[in-house]
Amino acid sequence: MEVYSTKTNSPSSVLELKGIRKSFNVGEANETEILHGIDLTLMEGEFCAVVGPSGSGKSTLLNTVGLLDRPSSGSMKICGEETSLLSDQGLTHLRGHKIGFVFQYHYLLSAFSAIENVMMPMFADAGFVNTAMHERAAFLLESVGLTPWLDAPATHLSGGQQQRVAVARALAMRPALILADEPTGNLDTKSADGVFGLLQSVCKEQGTTVLFVTHNPLLSARCEKTIEVVDGQIR
Amino acid sequence: MNLTPWLPFEWVVAFRFLKEGRIQTAFIITGISIGVAVIVFMSALLTGMQANFVNRVLTGQAHIQLLVHKEVVRPLYSEPGVFESHTLQMPLQRFKSIDQWQSVAVEVARIPEVNVVSPAISGSALLTRGEASRSVSVIGMIPEPYFKIIPLPEKMVHGQALVTSESILIGTELATDMGVGIGDKLRISTGNGSVNTLNVTGIFDLGNKGANSRNVFVAFRTAQSMFGLIGGASVLDLTLHDVYAAETVARQIERQTGLQADSWIKTNEQFFTAVKAQTTANTAIRLFVALSVGFGIASVLVVSVVQRSREIGILRAMGITRGQVLRVFLLQGGLLGFAGALVGASMGGAALVLWQKFQRNADGTVMFALTFDTQLLVQTLVLASLTGLLAAFAPALRAARLDPVVAIRG
Repeated sequence: MEVYSTKTNSPSSVLELKGIRKSFNVGEANETEILHGIDLTLMEGEFCAVVGPSGSGKSTLLNTVGLLDRPSSGSMKICGEETSLLSDQGLTHLRGHKIGFVFQYHYLLSAFSAIENVMMPMFADAGFVNTAMHERAAFLLESVGLTPWLDAPATHLSGGQQQRVAVARALAMRPALILADEPTGNLDTKSADGVFGLLQSVCKEQGTTVLFVTHNPLLSARCEKTIEVVDGQIR
Repeated sequence: MNLTPWLPFEWVVAFRFLKEGRIQTAFIITGISIGVAVIVFMSALLTGMQANFVNRVLTGQAHIQLLVHKEVVRPLYSEPGVFESHTLQMPLQRFKSIDQWQSVAVEVARIPEVNVVSPAISGSALLTRGEASRSVSVIGMIPEPYFKIIPLPEKMVHGQALVTSESILIGTELATDMGVGIGDKLRISTGNGSVNTLNVTGIFDLGNKGANSRNVFVAFRTAQSMFGLIGGASVLDLTLHDVYAAETVARQIERQTGLQADSWIKTNEQFFTAVKAQTTANTAIRLFVALSVGFGIASVLVVSVVQRSREIGILRAMGITRGQVLRVFLLQGGLLGFAGALVGASMGGAALVLWQKFQRNADGTVMFALTFDTQLLVQTLVLASLTGLLAAFAPALRAARLDPVVAIRG
């Protein structure tokens, strides 16, 4: 499957975390540190599963890596760019161009069709819609097997189809890193397998790095790398 | 491709959000429309009513009248602060001309706010025909400028507004009282013993019974001769470009010329107070309707932000800036205001048409002319859109400030 073509011959690091700590309610009596110094490096084309019990800090780690939340301390580089120095606008730009999200729930925009949802990140970035965006979105939906449902309202699709649209949307901006937070958690076994396979093929064929949070030991066993987060630390 | 290529991202998302919540959107647009319709209808009605009242009042009088100050008694002082006599007798008011009225007229005509200046002689006389007599107010005028102040030719119901040295124009009531018609003669005598016989050449209706039974118009020179004021003018009548500036301009002219300047606002003080009270009430109604429209829009958008918080979160995760989120919700407010104003203005227009059709005088004529001002329409559209934008500001800011992590988690 030809999804995009940014693959290079010599893999470089897409994500570098050094001593990442994240605390909530800083300066208050109930200050709590969730991440206790995370070190992690992911190279281009790596598929890494994140496992661990509920409340161990997996989602906090993903939100921090996804630039939705700032770390309390430590260094984080995405595609070689140090993020701690970036403004809110800079983080938004980096997030829009380098990172794709797939959540446990698809969070498609119900007011838009499947293809419009996939076009959305490109549309927001460019300001106006154009034919190239439409072609790319159609191509991505074809890649996830949804050509017959291009113009179907997002709400008319099944759970598995909606999640595949969400994967296509995550790929729209040709991100270097895909963050998937239990994307198969709400799906039946067949659909879950389909979505997992889709992410794996994107990773293998296009060199996209995937950080995949899952509670499913069968899926984590199929990943080339697995990290376990326990009490805010990687074991 | 279903997304409109020429519409920016924020507009497309705003339109879609409104379209998706169509019942909510329809309800708030209906609410705004009713508010705007009330504003449009009330404004047009009050403007029409005021214009009608002002028109009626100003049909028979100048905007400003310049007169000689009344004569006053100056007490004799024996020493500073001590009167020689405590009994002061008010003097008789002599009939006097404005000193150098020609140069005063030229000076006043130079004031930019002044439109027309017309000299006149105004005094009382006794009109007799056979055994019938009536006391009247005689106005001697020069037709050319005076008709620009009081359009007598338009008010004629019989004959014409022909003013010669031997003619007189009288009102319908007076004509009935004296039993005269066009071509009949009337004797007019003044306090100084002058007696003239004049032909009735025109009968007018000023729309005011009092004015129709009291006022008569003669030629300027005839009046000068009747009142023994050869070469003089007792009054300078003025009209202005803006009738509501009359009082300010009157004070300016008073300072400039030393004459007594009476504006129509001062001479009709109670009427003008009523007009001002109406305007204030109208402004208050507009303000409260605008406030209720604004709060209506704000409440709908607050609910929308809560309902769409997860979508806002995912949009932010996709790389959409806070500014874009802010604009999406501001636009929704503006669009609701604009759409509501468009529908409301149409409803208000329809209500005005119906009002004119069914609200009539006893004789079936239109009560007064109502105009649907296009400027009012544009103002309403712009103001309603701005109100929508303003009302949307707080919810939009809330949406833009949503923490994406919290928003996605719900």
